[in-house]
Amino acid sequence: MRFTLNGAATEVAAHPMSRLLDVLREECNLTGTKEGCGEGECGACTVLIDGVPVVSCLVPVAQAEGHEVTTIEGLGDDHPLQHHFMNEAGAQCGICTPGMVLVASTIPADASLDDIRVALAGNLCRCTGYEAIYRAIMKAREATA
Amino acid sequence: MPAVGTSVVRKDGIGKATGRTKYADDLVFPDMLHGRTIRSTIARGRVTGIRYDFDTTGFTIVDWRDIPAAGRNVVALLEDDQPYLVEQEVLHLAEPIVLLAHADRETLNAATVVIEYEREEPLFDPETSGIILKSLGIDKGNVEAGMLEADVIVEGTYRTGHQEHVYIEPNGVIAVPEEGGIAIHGSIQCPFYVEKALKSLMGDDAYIRVVQTETGGGFGGKEEYPSMISGHATLLALKSGHPVKIIYDRTEDMVATTKRHPSIVRHRTGVMKDGRIVAMDVDIVIDGGAYVTLSPVVISRGGIHAAGPYRCDNTRIRGRAMFTNTPPNGAFRGFGAPQTLFAVEAHIDRVAEALEMDPVDFRELNALRPGDTTATGQILTGDCSALDVLREAVRRTDFRARREALRGTNRGIGLALFYHGAGFTGSGELRLASKAKLALTPTGVRILVSSTEIGQGTRTMHAQIVADSMGIPYEDVEVAQPDTKKVPDSGPTVASRTCMVVGRILQRCATEMRERLGNLTPAEYFARHGALEVLKEHEPPAWIQWNDDTYSGDAYATYAWGCDVAEVEIDRDTYEVRPVKFTAVQEFGKAIHPALAKGQIEGGTAQGLGFALLERVVMRDGGMANASLTNYTIPTTLDTPEMDIVILDNPYEDGPFGAKGLGELPIDGPAPAVINAIRHLAIDVREIPATPEIVYAACASR
Repeated sequence: MRFTLNGAATEVAAHPMSRLLDVLREECNLTGTKEGCGEGECGACTVLIDGVPVVSCLVPVAQAEGHEVTTIEGLGDDHPLQHHFMNEAGAQCGICTPGMVLVASTIPADASLDDIRVALAGNLCRCTGYEAIYRAIMKAREATA
Repeated sequence: MPAVGTSVVRKDGIGKATGRTKYADDLVFPDMLHGRTIRSTIARGRVTGIRYDFDTTGFTIVDWRDIPAAGRNVVALLEDDQPYLVEQEVLHLAEPIVLLAHADRETLNAATVVIEYEREEPLFDPETSGIILKSLGIDKGNVEAGMLEADVIVEGTYRTGHQEHVYIEPNGVIAVPEEGGIAIHGSIQCPFYVEKALKSLMGDDAYIRVVQTETGGGFGGKEEYPSMISGHATLLALKSGHPVKIIYDRTEDMVATTKRHPSIVRHRTGVMKDGRIVAMDVDIVIDGGAYVTLSPVVISRGGIHAAGPYRCDNTRIRGRAMFTNTPPNGAFRGFGAPQTLFAVEAHIDRVAEALEMDPVDFRELNALRPGDTTATGQILTGDCSALDVLREAVRRTDFRARREALRGTNRGIGLALFYHGAGFTGSGELRLASKAKLALTPTGVRILVSSTEIGQGTRTMHAQIVADSMGIPYEDVEVAQPDTKKVPDSGPTVASRTCMVVGRILQRCATEMRERLGNLTPAEYFARHGALEVLKEHEPPAWIQWNDDTYSGDAYATYAWGCDVAEVEIDRDTYEVRPVKFTAVQEFGKAIHPALAKGQIEGGTAQGLGFALLERVVMRDGGMANASLTNYTIPTTLDTPEMDIVILDNPYEDGPFGAKGLGELPIDGPAPAVINAIRHLAIDVREIPATPEIVYAACASR
């Protein structure tokens, strides 16, 4: 199975029906992608395939073949969203944060607060009540505008 | 520049935002096995046979007979009643019976163990079970005399359901053979609770080390149950000689681990025509489940808060935690108080209504003031802010005008006034004798405490307190990972005590460290003189007097205060109620880190709104029938309203820089504020979660 992972050509030996989540975490050793529920409800395992958020616990690795997969590690460690999630306390326990940051990275710059709510509706956070996450996204946009 | 009072960058922020931070399931040890728990499928009975319907080659199999000879089959906590593994008697569904480990997770999960039982009739109703785990009574004045004096008596019964914590990281630990004993690395709130529980399992002389890995949320849900999981992983690791990882999936976590205690609270309140409360009679039943665990402490905190933040000379509170054949309920943010504060605040609106009084006027008249006594007879001082939070919330929301304006629409507005005692109850902090330590490093100073970072900001807030108390930059303070072989026992990370109590010990350590350094910086001192450590023990305020037998005296060193206002909208076709605007005015002494404090209030509010409207645990045959995030719904971005958070200062003299406890306060208010907003729509709901079915039933019975 070959796909592009965070910009680099990657080949994995996993069974085609293996969960992309397990392949990323256990074969590619990228543990920034988290498992919260295993049924696509919480969004903690969100990654991007060709720039579109998907829940990697419901994606067989076969579906990634030939596509571009981006995990939180693919954003590097100097992305404006990462700094603002840190500065605005948008991350508390941090387990939902990789998924939140990845989805946030796909939200258009002109999105309204309601649009942001809709975009993040598939990502559960139990710590923040989401308000600090909105603040982080808004601040990151101001900084890059 | 001082760090306290500013929103410095949290110590663990960038690791979390980049995904680099390692949680329990991210750790791999050489030759590690995966562990799995085989659980009872009945609620009550006896095990008569166990059959292994798989090729057991390569498996490690553990049952109760594998408990070490020096140890006991007991998860030590308050009472020695809960076993690690069933010997014969099954008392609840999902009770652990057999443990399996294997190197390959797929092979492990495919194994089938058949347990045969002799069934017995289970008890599911806490009101009729007849078995009391713990009861308490609080008496002040003469309640019957007060009722006789009253012009009007208002009665009511209020119910709350189970609530599941839904930390996004499920429970999990790894047990690693080490030094002839065991090291635990896991998602844990209270490392020394796990150590104590493993001592009961392995014997007092065993080598036991407990390390907290980064923890993806707790909310009380990782207070006691990690002791059970750690014991299981330990048994498998001891038998196999390999590290063993046990990570629960979401369904197992929901079915098997603790939840908030369901409650039934009956109120009878005597009032004069002018609105003065003259008698409060409160009876509380909570469902403890099949073992004692922490229920005595939960009913205690619930009972102490049950009369609400009101002055009343004649108060009687009775509380009982009852046995049922269901998985034990346990610690959950608020610890009994959200249940009893829901009941009293929903009831207070009904009392005001019975007197045809405005709910704000009624509360203003009866709210506790400095100099008043609580139900346990504690005299409140200047740190009582009930009227301040109430008046600010009313002013901020223009509550009275808004209430008038919304009348007859599909929107309602309601409020709740509440308080939350900080730290352990009564003499609890004295008994805990918590310790904290500071150690010089070549570049600054290191904090050594067992208080855990579970998202709330422990590391950051402690480092701020130490930095300012020593007069050094925040960046020069580092925080050690909680490891029971390295840090002193600072008590558990519970009860809104991590800032107020442990932060205070650290402040005293830092003050002494500063004196000993003289004019030198930590780095200069370290270079000249080498290592220096300061260890201090908590000194609760000397005035605290508490009687455990009569449940009277100073229940808490101080209280935090809140007033929440909820505006809700009802869909008249579906009976769905949604919160549309939420205002929280809260006083907790002083915010050490305003952004983190705000985060506690916003997050606690969202969790409280879930408790109020969405989060329904369906129990069937003694177990959670909707154990998935598809069927048990917590608030998403589309279920949480716009929030207006107001923090009032009222520095508390025995807290670090004036801080009280905050963690639990925010979850006390949302449920009653929402139910009172629904009452404003002329719908009489006395039960949460107020799902469309409950709201429909209330409308239909009008």
